[in-house]
Amino acid sequence: MGQTNAEAQPDQAGSRLDPRLYQIASLSALLLFGLLWLNFEVSGWQIAVTMGTALLTQYAGARLYNLPSFDPRSPLISSLSLCLLLRTNDLPVAALASFIAIGSKFVIRWKDKHIFNPTNLALVVVLASSLGWISPGQWGQVAWFGFLIACLGSLVVTRAARADVTLAFLVSYVGLLFARALWLGDPLTIPFHQIESGALLIFAFFMISDPKTTPDSRTGRIVFALIVALAALYVQFGFFKPNGPLWGLIACSPLVPLIDRLSPGLRYDWSKPSIGKSSVMNPVFGSPVHVLTKEVI
Amino acid sequence: MNRSVEDSIRRHQFQCDEDDAPGSARNFVEKRNYLRHLSARQEKAKKDQGVKLLSARQEQFCGLTVGASRVCSRSSKLSLEVLMRRVLVPTFTFLIGLLMWSADASAFCGFYVAKADTKLFNKASEVAIVRHEDKTVITMANDFKGDVKEFAMVVPVPTVLKKEQIHIGDTAVLKHLADYSAPRLVEYFDQNPCLRYGLMEDRLGAEKSMAPASPEATRERDRALGVTIEAQYTVGEYDILILSAKESAGLETWLTENGYRIPNGASSVLHSYLKQGMKFFVAKVNLTEQGKLGFSHIRPLQIAFESPKFMLPIRLGTVNADGAQELFIYFLTKQGRVETTNYRTVRLPEAQEIPLYVKDKFGDFYRDMFAQQVKRESERGVFLEYAWDMNWCDPCAANPLSAEELRSLGVFWQEPTGRMGKMTPMAQNVFLTRLHVRYDATHFPEDLMFQETSDRSNFQARYILRHAWTGTDECPAATAYRQHLRERYEKEAQTLANLTGWSITDIRQKMQVAGDWFPVREKKWYEKLWND
Repeated sequence: MGQTNAEAQPDQAGSRLDPRLYQIASLSALLLFGLLWLNFEVSGWQIAVTMGTALLTQYAGARLYNLPSFDPRSPLISSLSLCLLLRTNDLPVAALASFIAIGSKFVIRWKDKHIFNPTNLALVVVLASSLGWISPGQWGQVAWFGFLIACLGSLVVTRAARADVTLAFLVSYVGLLFARALWLGDPLTIPFHQIESGALLIFAFFMISDPKTTPDSRTGRIVFALIVALAALYVQFGFFKPNGPLWGLIACSPLVPLIDRLSPGLRYDWSKPSIGKSSVMNPVFGSPVHVLTKEVI
Repeated sequence: MNRSVEDSIRRHQFQCDEDDAPGSARNFVEKRNYLRHLSARQEKAKKDQGVKLLSARQEQFCGLTVGASRVCSRSSKLSLEVLMRRVLVPTFTFLIGLLMWSADASAFCGFYVAKADTKLFNKASEVAIVRHEDKTVITMANDFKGDVKEFAMVVPVPTVLKKEQIHIGDTAVLKHLADYSAPRLVEYFDQNPCLRYGLMEDRLGAEKSMAPASPEATRERDRALGVTIEAQYTVGEYDILILSAKESAGLETWLTENGYRIPNGASSVLHSYLKQGMKFFVAKVNLTEQGKLGFSHIRPLQIAFESPKFMLPIRLGTVNADGAQELFIYFLTKQGRVETTNYRTVRLPEAQEIPLYVKDKFGDFYRDMFAQQVKRESERGVFLEYAWDMNWCDPCAANPLSAEELRSLGVFWQEPTGRMGKMTPMAQNVFLTRLHVRYDATHFPEDLMFQETSDRSNFQARYILRHAWTGTDECPAATAYRQHLRERYEKEAQTLANLTGWSITDIRQKMQVAGDWFPVREKKWYEKLWND
């Protein structure tokens, strides 16, 4: 396991650069804001159970799959996202969602890359089974708040070097909303109202941007973001269901392996944020793919 | 008040605090079983209370009320309120007291004293939406005050409706629904603090209870305008048309030529709905039919349809509105609470202790408190006022609706179980959500979109009056109680000021007049130091 040195101490070269720490800080700040100012209906117990289950599942998975180390960062991000979005009155449901999110990373894989965004999958399972719900309107439409999330999110994305997928998604989604409004002859206050949603920004900056479940090449990611935006809008205006982006992402995630095949790129490593271009390959990436994958989990 | 009644209230005060904890699980099966065993006496009391329902009084509908002249009947409303406060409330209160006296096991979250009527708000409309899967029944209530010849309604609907899908509703049922879910005022009576230890023991024996559940040229012209009359019916006193159109200008011209006064600016909204494949449900009152039927008021219209769109079109209503409009929406669903997905759904402040003098001005309190909350949410919030399983209530501002009443509103999954008065017609799997929204085109540009959640936890806008114990017993606990009372009154005054935006000085003055407040001199720091 000599090659594991690189990921056993992934922070040696880039502990300050690990984008996940920024993500954890941003999501925590958002959760606090939601709890203190917006009165999110999420109890302290639910937060504790969600986080506890995520960490335990990660630990169990790391042991079961013989991972060199237990890394709490990814499960913390997933559980914080769940706390921000998932609403339920039952703690076992919160635990189940957390378990599904983290468990899926170990189980549902294709060529050493997990297929579904963990939080996205957990949310969709809970929604489909009517065990819980998401309140897309909980953020309100206070513009400054949207800006706040956008700024925090941009920071995260920039650090994750994967701003392309977020921007591509936002441009296509927002562009299509405005196009629809123009076609309907609606005042532009309507599409503005539709995008002034905290839930949309969280999705764009914290979920679809997950470098581990997006295509490896930039072209692939832009194509992927466009497909997700189309699917999200179809769910919203074709099926008349809320949470369009979540359903859109889950439906499009299985396309990622196909996009990776058609447009291959460099696999992402949390400790070495990159945009996936082979030409800028760091010597470290010369190490076998499966090694990086372990760190990924 | 009789001692045992007082004890009973005390017990329930504690019970209520437990039951109202957010997310607390209620054993509905147990409650249902209990309800099935309600005594005949409680049934009778339920009927007695039902008699005290006030008539519905609503203005304007959330679609488009054309040519409505809004006559403000504030003075008559006020006199009705006064009548309610002075006569009905004490009678009702007495009946409740009697009920508690005779049925020892019966009790509730405080001693119910008043409810806030939807008629407190001007330009308010009421809509009941029954929905399960894609099947939807909408009841639209109107209290149009002008000449009925002038009344017309234009509502966008997702499908062409058959005659059987249109029905006339019962104003009284909608009124019952409004009363059942109204924000409520309850009161508690402090007990003798010297007997507190005894009380704690009583608490253990406290029982749960709840109140019972309760022609060719014309056609040519239509074609030229691109308007198709998809269907034409007379239902009750209404002449109804279902229109589809190629373009909004044609539709607008058609409506104007056919005697519908369409406000400026409606064209773009009509255009948007047409592009979205919506049809238009247009209703006018047929005076001949109305004369035959003998109704003088506008009865609610009901439409039943299947559509994945879970929304309420409010945009047409905002076109000609001067100022914000008030809308009460009652959802009757199978699964759980309903919330808006494109606007923030906020719970009204609840379970707040407020000064006793509010008892006589609960209507004013509710109206001002609501206005204050609207302001706090930057005029963009949708407010949750009630979320409860239709089987029961605690306390009851009115009895739960019977299975027959629910069916008349469109609860299609609910089979009638028996005739009223014979069996207890229990409502199964009906969850009521009451939303209250104050909207205008600026803050609510988009139609209201909804989702049904799996949340079945109860919520009610309940406000508390706590009567102080006025006994003369002396004991250390009584001394401490009297000292604490000053702080409590001050806290109540501040709560009221905070909730309603009323002046704290005025509140203190009124409380002082009522003998519920006296100035509190803040202790100097050194006075608190040694506590001698």
